[in-house]
Amino acid sequence: MSSMSNGTLLYLDNVSVTFDGFRALNALSLVLTPGEMRAVIGPNGAGKTTMMDVITGKTRPNTGDVLFGGSTDLTRLDEPAIAGLGIGRKFQKPTVFEPHTVWDNLLLALAGDRGPRFTLFAKETAEERRKIESILETTRLTDQRNRRSGDLSHGQKQWLEIGMLLAQEPQLLLVDEPVAGMTDSETEQTAVLLREINKTRSVVVVEHDMGFVRALGVKVTVLHEGSVLSEGSIDHVSEDPRVVEVYLGR
Amino acid sequence: MKASALTVFLVMGISVLMVVLNLGTAASSPVHVSTFMVSLAGKYLSYAILALSVDLVWGFVGILTLGHAAFFALGGYAMGMYLMRQIGARGVYANPILPDFMVFLNYKELPWFWYGFNWFGFAMLMAVVVPAILAAVFGYLAFRSRVTGVYLSIITQALTYALLLAFFRNDMGFGGNNGLTDFKELLGFSLSAETTRCGLLVVTAIALSLLYLLARAVTRSRFGKVMIAVRDAESRTRFIGYRPEQYKLVVWVLSAVMAAIGGALYVPQVGIINPGEFAPANSIEAVIWVAVGGRGTLAGPILGAVLVNFGKTILTGALPEVWLFALGALFIVVTLFLPRGLLGLMPVREKGDPPLPADPPTPAESAAKEAVS
Ligand SMILES: Nc1ncnc2c1ncn2[C@@H]1O[C@H](COP(=O)(O)OP(=O)(O)OP(=O)(O)O)[C@@H](O)[C@H]1O
Ligand SMILES: [Mg+2]
Repeated sequence: MSSMSNGTLLYLDNVSVTFDGFRALNALSLVLTPGEMRAVIGPNGAGKTTMMDVITGKTRPNTGDVLFGGSTDLTRLDEPAIAGLGIGRKFQKPTVFEPHTVWDNLLLALAGDRGPRFTLFAKETAEERRKIESILETTRLTDQRNRRSGDLSHGQKQWLEIGMLLAQEPQLLLVDEPVAGMTDSETEQTAVLLREINKTRSVVVVEHDMGFVRALGVKVTVLHEGSVLSEGSIDHVSEDPRVVEVYLGR
Repeated sequence: MKASALTVFLVMGISVLMVVLNLGTAASSPVHVSTFMVSLAGKYLSYAILALSVDLVWGFVGILTLGHAAFFALGGYAMGMYLMRQIGARGVYANPILPDFMVFLNYKELPWFWYGFNWFGFAMLMAVVVPAILAAVFGYLAFRSRVTGVYLSIITQALTYALLLAFFRNDMGFGGNNGLTDFKELLGFSLSAETTRCGLLVVTAIALSLLYLLARAVTRSRFGKVMIAVRDAESRTRFIGYRPEQYKLVVWVLSAVMAAIGGALYVPQVGIINPGEFAPANSIEAVIWVAVGGRGTLAGPILGAVLVNFGKTILTGALPEVWLFALGALFIVVTLFLPRGLLGLMPVREKGDPPLPADPPTPAESAAKEAVS
């Protein structure tokens, strides 16, 4: 593999995805170093979610390399295998297991054996309970633990999904629009939470909320029409005339 | 009393009561239960096992099977083959080895796949192993290629239809159109004896109770929580590392084995197995029993199977030509007005029971969804 991929956690090079002739990703390249948090912004339809689909195995790119940990070719793996490598994902539209309780959602997400033989006989251990309780605390869902997750508020669902991400103990978290539908104070808390998570894990956050991206204080990648338009600090990209033209200036 | 204990209590209690009233009272007594009724109840409980197996895949992992009667019938054929071999030289042609239909069709020797079926243990092993292998191969191919929804339903229907056509053929060696019948005895007990009929009902009730408790344990385990997650958000489970196809396969094979046990118990009580049991309509009826009783509850299918078949017995006796219309009407009424089935009307859930499926969307909701996506 390319020497460029050494010392990187996630490496996308020249990735293109075409849907019925429409280029959702167009020669996209992106490099994430271990421990980094990256914010990805861009107008609607820029290809942000499609990029996450490619990384998590949902969509196969037509061309390009997608490498994890320097050498693992993600384009050859399916979703469960990629999840097993330690890549967790929060979806743009919150998707929790609605009929299950908050507790059971976290239990199902806890890192561990995913095979039928294990789950058939698995008993909840004290260690598992301890982990779930700590995640409940982090995500402020302790009081909601026995509630059906489908009955949570939109913001609480977002937090539960972040909690499920944490439960998986992934190396890399892909977080698609985590603060959509959240109140200002919830948004602030989410920024704090993501920075906390970033102390031990790498994160890619897609977000439209500029205040939130600013609060994260990390390197920003601007996508437009499936490619990288600009990259750098939030101040740098927001002064980039191309960015102003296609995105911020509208 | 817990809902599960009540279910087992009712299944066992009513069966034992019928047996007591059959054997313990004179035929002239007003509380006497006829042997015909005993076997009818045994037949209903066999159907209840089939319904339970359908609910396990439809109610808990979301596979709408329209072919489960195939597994039921295969289990039934294995039992039928054993019973045929037990007839021995008492058949019309008095051939000690060959069943009557083989003599009639000029078979010179027993086909290889009939070997061993004179042993009860072997026959019962085959009754579950053959359907399990068929289910495993079918499920492996279907689930691995991510066939879901109505396409999957259609191929389950094709499966049972293919078997129907195959078993109709005389040269398949299973008695063709007429199937297997004229059974004499089971493990040395005469099938025409009242005590045998009563014994069969009790054995069926025990089998149903045990399978119910097994299904309950599976669905309440962590495995069961994954089943529900697969049912309601299959693709989401993949992103946290589960392989839904593995879960579906395990449940599918387990369910096929359950259906086959139901079929094996059914045959000695009705006295015949023929290719008609593979008819697509039979599988569809089983789905209706589940819908009537309550999809995603385990007691529901038992209730649904017994009630609908009781209705069928009465109606086909009185007005045979009306039955199919009544069944269709019942299905429409249940889907429109009783989406959770009869048990959905009653709060009989226990703590730790898996969540019920969402009510199916009304036609208007589906249309709206279609318009958006
Ligand atoms: N499965 C698909 N089939 C066809 N087109 C698709 C598919 N998925 C995405 N697209 C198209 O690809 C483009 C990029 O979509 P994507 O969801 O990646 O954008 P996004 O940057 O996440 O936008 P948003 O901010 O609205 O979430 C859009 O024009 C979208 O319509
Ligand atoms: Mg998006």
